[in-house]
Amino acid sequence: MNAPLKDREAALMGMGDSRLRKEDARFIQGKGNYVDDIKLPNMVYMDIVRSPLAHARIKKINKEDALKIPGVIAVLTAEDLKPLKLHWMPTLAGDVAAVLADEKVHFQMQEVAVVLAETRYAAADGKEAVQVEYEELPVVINPFDALKDDAPILREDLVEKMEGAHGTRHHPNDIFTWQAGDAAAADAAFASAEVVVKEDLLYPRVHPCPLETCGCVASFDPIRGDLTTYITSQAPHVVRTVVSMLSGIPESKVRIISPDIGGGFGNKVGIYPGYVCAIVSSIVLGRPVKWIEDRIENLSSTAFARDYHMTGELAATADGKIQGLRVNVLADHGAFDACADPTKFPAGLFHICSGSYDIPAAHCTVRGVYTNKAPGGVAYRCSFRVTEAVYLIERMVDVLAQKLNMDKSEIRKKNFIRKEQFPYKSAFGFEYDSGDYHTALDQVLNAVDYKGLRAEQAAKRADPNSKTLMGIGLVTFTEIVGAGPSKICDILGIGMFDSCEIRVDPTGSAIARMGTISQGQGHQTTYAQIIATELGIASDVIKVEEGDTDTAPYGLGTYGSRSTPVAGAAIAMAARKIHAKAKKIAASLLEVSENDLEWEVDRFKVRGNDDKFKTMKDISWAAYHQPPDGLEPGLEAVHYYDPPNFTFPFGIYLAVVDIDRATGETKVRRFYALDDCGTRINPMIIEGQIHGGLTEGYAVAMGQLLSFDTQGNIQGNSLMDYFLPTAVETPHWETDFTVTPSPHHPIGAKGVAESPHVGSIPTFTSAVVDAFAHTGVTHIDMPHTSYRIWKELKKHGLNLN
Amino acid sequence: MSKKLVSMTINGKKVEEAVEPRLLLIHFLRENLNLTGAHIGCETSHCGACTVDIDGKSVKSCTELAVQCEGADILTVEGLAKNGILSAVQEGFHQEHGLQCGFCTPGMLVRSYRLLQENPNPTEAEIRAGISGNLCRCTGYQNIVKAVQYAAKKLQETATA
Repeated sequence: MNAPLKDREAALMGMGDSRLRKEDARFIQGKGNYVDDIKLPNMVYMDIVRSPLAHARIKKINKEDALKIPGVIAVLTAEDLKPLKLHWMPTLAGDVAAVLADEKVHFQMQEVAVVLAETRYAAADGKEAVQVEYEELPVVINPFDALKDDAPILREDLVEKMEGAHGTRHHPNDIFTWQAGDAAAADAAFASAEVVVKEDLLYPRVHPCPLETCGCVASFDPIRGDLTTYITSQAPHVVRTVVSMLSGIPESKVRIISPDIGGGFGNKVGIYPGYVCAIVSSIVLGRPVKWIEDRIENLSSTAFARDYHMTGELAATADGKIQGLRVNVLADHGAFDACADPTKFPAGLFHICSGSYDIPAAHCTVRGVYTNKAPGGVAYRCSFRVTEAVYLIERMVDVLAQKLNMDKSEIRKKNFIRKEQFPYKSAFGFEYDSGDYHTALDQVLNAVDYKGLRAEQAAKRADPNSKTLMGIGLVTFTEIVGAGPSKICDILGIGMFDSCEIRVDPTGSAIARMGTISQGQGHQTTYAQIIATELGIASDVIKVEEGDTDTAPYGLGTYGSRSTPVAGAAIAMAARKIHAKAKKIAASLLEVSENDLEWEVDRFKVRGNDDKFKTMKDISWAAYHQPPDGLEPGLEAVHYYDPPNFTFPFGIYLAVVDIDRATGETKVRRFYALDDCGTRINPMIIEGQIHGGLTEGYAVAMGQLLSFDTQGNIQGNSLMDYFLPTAVETPHWETDFTVTPSPHHPIGAKGVAESPHVGSIPTFTSAVVDAFAHTGVTHIDMPHTSYRIWKELKKHGLNLN
Repeated sequence: MSKKLVSMTINGKKVEEAVEPRLLLIHFLRENLNLTGAHIGCETSHCGACTVDIDGKSVKSCTELAVQCEGADILTVEGLAKNGILSAVQEGFHQEHGLQCGFCTPGMLVRSYRLLQENPNPTEAEIRAGISGNLCRCTGYQNIVKAVQYAAKKLQETATA
């Protein structure tokens, strides 16, 4: 009975264990259950007619030929949705977006009509046969052009509405102007500064591009009046609330199921016209309707990320102490403001842009504008514009170091928030929970022999025949994740808490249901580990369920690295409620007072007596068999966790690149990533998440770009052109860690999966620019493709033939 | 559209069905036969989520017509495990954490299986080149490489045992 403590602990496979994933069995045998795998009896297929033009008036839509095609059931346009008032829908950002284009199209590939047919192929045939007549309108692609006095007005529906969701709009193509920090204090710091640097930085438009595109199967039961929708959503409960609000169906009769999701990365947070049309079509036809977008539709019309035109300024002393930060951003939001940010923050958490540094005065302004591009502006593997913020401050610190002829690591050490300053209140008002940046930076510099690398670089620079330019990138970032405290964070008025329900069975196994939804993060595995440690139940007998709104408690979903910081905390708190009840039961069973009990791995024992104990298994049985007087039977709990603060994971990333002077090709020789995500739940999964995030960061920095010609034609919207790295280009990643727990989180965890994306992107730019730094180059915009680098080499006479 | 009779062997089972000549193999597998392991990720043969094995070659089934497979011997992810025992590549992907969202996994497994038939003892560079027709957005490939190495070792041990 009394197995050694260590063995009992190991048997639980709790926190800290690199437990193999419970999800794998179905995926490696081809038995995953993704939306397109779902097939319901009598199901209809939907396809979407899209605009070939970026800005045009719709003169006429002719459905006749399409309706003649065998198998085509119906064609719906905005006119058909109008009587239901569903031709427009609210966005998460306080704007409205067309469900199907209403008289006008605002971007290329916008949804104009839907075709419903008996088969996938008939729907595609029908789509080809719908004829739409357009009258072309002038196109606005450049956000700076959008704000000119004589710019074409893009959103005619808003002409009378100059009060936007985030204050006054100063131009018809304006969305908002948002500010944070103290402008007067920042200006004063600049007025008295010994050194000032300024740089324009473009964070280009990219797309999260998960391998599975978006889609749904909507099924309305006309007899019961119930609507069930299987959907590729990172936030199923929010979808349920919106669907109920839009359709008028009581929320209790709407069931949203996110089954297995083939990657999200922010692309699957929003509610897209395709979902709405499939749901409406199912209600109209009384049959299940499936809509699955193709890759070109995914890249062209569902949520993009970034598109921030930024100007950064730093004020500093001559010896490199930063005294002020000013930032100005023009944010291209496309045709509709459909960002997925907490309601009060139209630029998300961009004001984390003071980074890991103790900057006394700071101010930022972000102005959002409309253009003739697809809507979006989602957090592509990051927490609400944090990627943009980190890029800005990390680039600017490098620029300042160059100006002062200081080493990148020295300037960072000089300006870091020091360990003893935590909790630290930033000039933008955030309270950073914990950090130890100096220790982590030294660990990385030692691991890579930073001095040796700099010496090697100096030798290469001195050698005119060197075939390569060597660059060293260094980034010391702080993220802000785990949105968030409901007093400041909400989506559509719903606080950004998250939830967990745990039921312990009579025989001592358990089921946990969550408000989040995994898209590959391994929640089934890691959530069980938290419960195992908290309750002494082996993780192998804990089942974790997510994604079905009929069974899961209400939660805000998985994005912005919020699952562990928010839902992970809800798990711990729910488990602790069960733990408290279990203690009462144990006291009764052992006939002692609760004060005489102590917890030990998987049991309560009488203090100091190893032979008098009750295991969780004993207690579970008793909870259902004969609970003590005054206690209800059963052993379960629900917890809704409203976090008191965000969490602030950080990392130190160093990259070494070698640029081929003949071809402009950049080889990543070494990438060393140290992450501190607080308490580590499953090191194997953490490492996997970091590899993935670094690779997505590499993709963004080195090749991803959604570009447009002057007519608004999207260029590069298939995988022929849009860069997804293969195993050949992808660098080898080295990972490392420190552990600085979050003081306000029940288990001290901070979240990790997005840090590597956020942190690696500026690291690559820092390395590429560093390769050119001896020529005076201070910044090069992404993506760092071979051709662009080759042009840069040529510009400085550094190219070899 | 008139249909054409097509017959082939899939995971060791004879299949015969009348299909539209334009029907893609991936749709034939997923919709007609309910073999939903292989996925559709791009429809342009770039991502490899739809990879199956046809007559001993890795093929992207999104750009292959079902009627082109007359008489073919096809292996999909559903056919990798034998008698309830996972194949070496499946075991490797689980042991080395070679998958996250799982969407690329069926194609990646079928490709890795063939790669190890072609080259039982590949170097890391050969593995990376060998799976470069299959995209993964989650893992960064590092653990996939380890998974294939695990499988190579396992297959060699089994062969010499």
